[in-house]
Order: sequence, then structure tokens, then C-alpha cells
Amino acid sequence: MKPRQQRMLAVGLTVAGIAIAALLTLQAFKENMMFFVEISEVEKGNYPDDRNFRVGGLVVEGSVQRAPGDLTVAFDLTDLTSKLTVNYAGILPDLFREGQGIVAHGRLNDSGTFIADEVLAKHDENYMPPEVADSLAKAAAAQEAISKQDEK
Amino acid sequence: MWKFFHKLASPPHFYQFAGKVVPWFAFTAIACIGYGGYAGLFVAPADYQQGDAFRIIYVHVPAAYLSMMGYSIMAISAGIGLIWRIKLSHAVTAAAAPLGAWFTFLALATGSIWGKPMWGTWWEWGDPRLTSELLLLFLYIGYMALRASIDDIAKADKASAVLALVGAVNVPIIHYSVEWWSSLHQGPTLVREGGPGMVSDMLYPLLAMILGFTFLFGALLLGRVRTEVLFRERRAKWVREMLLDDGGTT
Amino acid sequence: MMEVLSMGGYGSFVWSAYGLTIIVLAVCIIGGRMGHTKTINDVRRRIRTMEVKS
Repeated sequence: MKPRQQRMLAVGLTVAGIAIAALLTLQAFKENMMFFVEISEVEKGNYPDDRNFRVGGLVVEGSVQRAPGDLTVAFDLTDLTSKLTVNYAGILPDLFREGQGIVAHGRLNDSGTFIADEVLAKHDENYMPPEVADSLAKAAAAQEAISKQDEK
Repeated sequence: MWKFFHKLASPPHFYQFAGKVVPWFAFTAIACIGYGGYAGLFVAPADYQQGDAFRIIYVHVPAAYLSMMGYSIMAISAGIGLIWRIKLSHAVTAAAAPLGAWFTFLALATGSIWGKPMWGTWWEWGDPRLTSELLLLFLYIGYMALRASIDDIAKADKASAVLALVGAVNVPIIHYSVEWWSSLHQGPTLVREGGPGMVSDMLYPLLAMILGFTFLFGALLLGRVRTEVLFRERRAKWVREMLLDDGGTT
Repeated sequence: MMEVLSMGGYGSFVWSAYGLTIIVLAVCIIGGRMGHTKTINDVRRRIRTMEVKS
């Protein structure tokens, strides 16, 4: 083997070795590296009960209740299979609204309500002006109406 | 074709060639960034969810893209330098590091400024996208610190090239972090199945900004490689002739 | 005019992000040029002193 080929092999093996080591490490820590816990996992009891953790889900339409006079707010979070009620006192991000994906940090109390000390909003990867969003929503509603008619 | 590359790898030829190319790159960059910046700020419609805050995308995404591109260039040129012992490629690796570090800093800072009004936080420890991008900044800084600690250029080239190669594993981790783990950061908008998730009025300025930043990065990188080549070849005859003959405007 | 500057209430965020970008890019451009000029001057000075010696 020529020296250049030896060096090529050495570089190749180093990169491959590091990549495999990184892959295995990441695989091993995958559970711990979750930034937030899904709602259905919380329901199953798969959450750290000795420390605060984050839950992520969608705010259920019509579930947001604001206490008059102060910043206390209660709402339900869902991952479309399970539900979790969240209580929070503080300033909500501008993107917080019904149907929005959010991440809350806090812990569960004894009655199964999530007491949050921080609420963050997620946004999706789609960008469009309001008119386009409106017409998309209308088109989706029309589609739904048609499919309902078909069912009848 | 091979002859062209072979010639280009010789320091004096590279120095002359890059000197000619840089102004064209700079001109293209100014044109693209001029259009993209203006259209992104004033022409593109506001987003249905984020309003005008989404306009930060036009500086954040190009900076983030080049922060990863810069490290990829470093890793590739480090590998070429180690295997084929081409001096010029070590010069490229060394020149790319400070630029990559600045673009990474810019990506982190603009992302933070975007995160405060939208997510509700400047920074979240433990978020995979944010953490892996911060690690990228540390890799750049570590690379520069390692180089600075070794006086002999040839030794510094070899040792730092290994670090550049090893750190490259972080680049795909940054890219896939939002898909592998739950993250506050949203998924990719441009490169995904089903095409870009953006209307064209928003998309074209973004593409122009990415192109413009890429050409600017190219111009800055070539300029830095010229400086690096000049210093490394300071004892060579062509440098002596060039600097003593023409009064040194180049 | 003011309406454009206010960016729907997000003006401070949008403009500081763009301002920071301009500053960082300027640092890269100016730093690169200054480094190049300095290297040329250093190398030329070194060549001149060598020639005087020999």
C-alpha cells in the first residue's frame, strides 16, 4: 500500500469511527435527550417525577380560561390521543393561541394537573400571508363539508 | 480540467486567480443581498402567525446555513490536506475557521432575537438544535485555539486538521436534530418533501439572501486564503518578486 | 414611514437582528482586508531587512 493510500485509510477509519461512536451515544441517550415529553407518555407515567420537566402538545380549541384580573390561565394540552390540563400564572408568548403547539415547563400536582412555571410557543415550518392562510382554511372547511355530505 | 486544478493548487497561481475572482463574488453578493434584504423587509407579506417578526428569517437562515457549510468546507479541505498533503488545502481550512465562527455567532444571535418574541425565550438549555449549534461555535473556537497554541505551521496544520475532521460529525447532528428529537425549533422549510413551505413572495428574497451570503462567504474565504498563502510563502521567490516589483498594491 | 419601522410592534427585534448582521459582516470584511494589508506590509518589511543584511 502506498503511503497516500495508508493516509486515506487512516482518515476514513477515523471519520467512520467517530461517526459510529456518536451514533451509538446518541441512540443510548435518545430518551434522556428529549426536550419535552408527549402528553400520552405523561398519561402512561413515563415522566421524571423527581424534577421539573417539559410537556409539549397542542392547545385544545375552546379550553383556554383566563382568570379575570390576574395573569392566571388554565388550558388543556393534547397530542390528539390524550389530554392534560395546564395551570400557568405569567406572561404568555405572542404566538400562544388555541390550536397552537406549545411547550410548558413545570411539574404534575397530585390531582394530575400540570403546574407550569414557563410556557413557550412553537411555530411550524410554513410561512404564508394571512390571506393565503384564510383561503387554505376555507378550502379545508369546504372539503370537510363535502366529505360529510358524502357520508350522508 | 485536471490541469486547471493542478495549476490552481500552486500558491502563486491561486493567489492571482483568487484575486481576480473575489471582486466578481463581492459584486454578486451585493446585488443578491441588496435585492433580498429590501424585498425581505419591505415587499414580502407579513406571516399569518408571526407577523413581521418572521422577517428575521432572511438573515437567520443564510447565517445558519453558512455556519454549517463553513465547517463542511473545513472538514473536506482538512481531509484533502491530510491525505494528499496539499499545502493550499490546509490554508483553506485555517482561513475558514474564523469566518465560520462569526457566521455561527450570527446564527445563534439572530435566532435568539427571533426566539424571544415568538417562542417566549431568548435561549432554552437542553434544546437539541440550540445545543448542537452552540457546540459548533465551540468547535470553531477550539480549532482556532489549537492552531494558536502550536507555533510550527506544518504541525499546527496536521493537529488541527484532525480536530476539524472529528468535529464534522456535529454537522449532520445539527441538521437532523429537529427530526430526531423533540425541539422548540421547527422543522426544515426549504429542503423537505413536497417542496418549500413558503409562498413565492416570501421565498424568492430568502433564496436571494442565501445565494448572496454564500457569495459573500466565498469572497471573504478566498480573501483570507490569499492572506494565509502570502504568509506561508513569505520566503518564496514569487512573493519577493511580487512585493518588491509592483509597489505592493495587491 | 413609522409604520414600516415599527414592523407591527416587532421593530426592535427585527431591526436589531438586521443591525447585528450588518455589524458582523462589516467586521468580517474589514478584518479580512486589514489582515491582508498587515501581512503584505510585514512580509515586505521582512524581505527588505533580509536584503540589507545580505
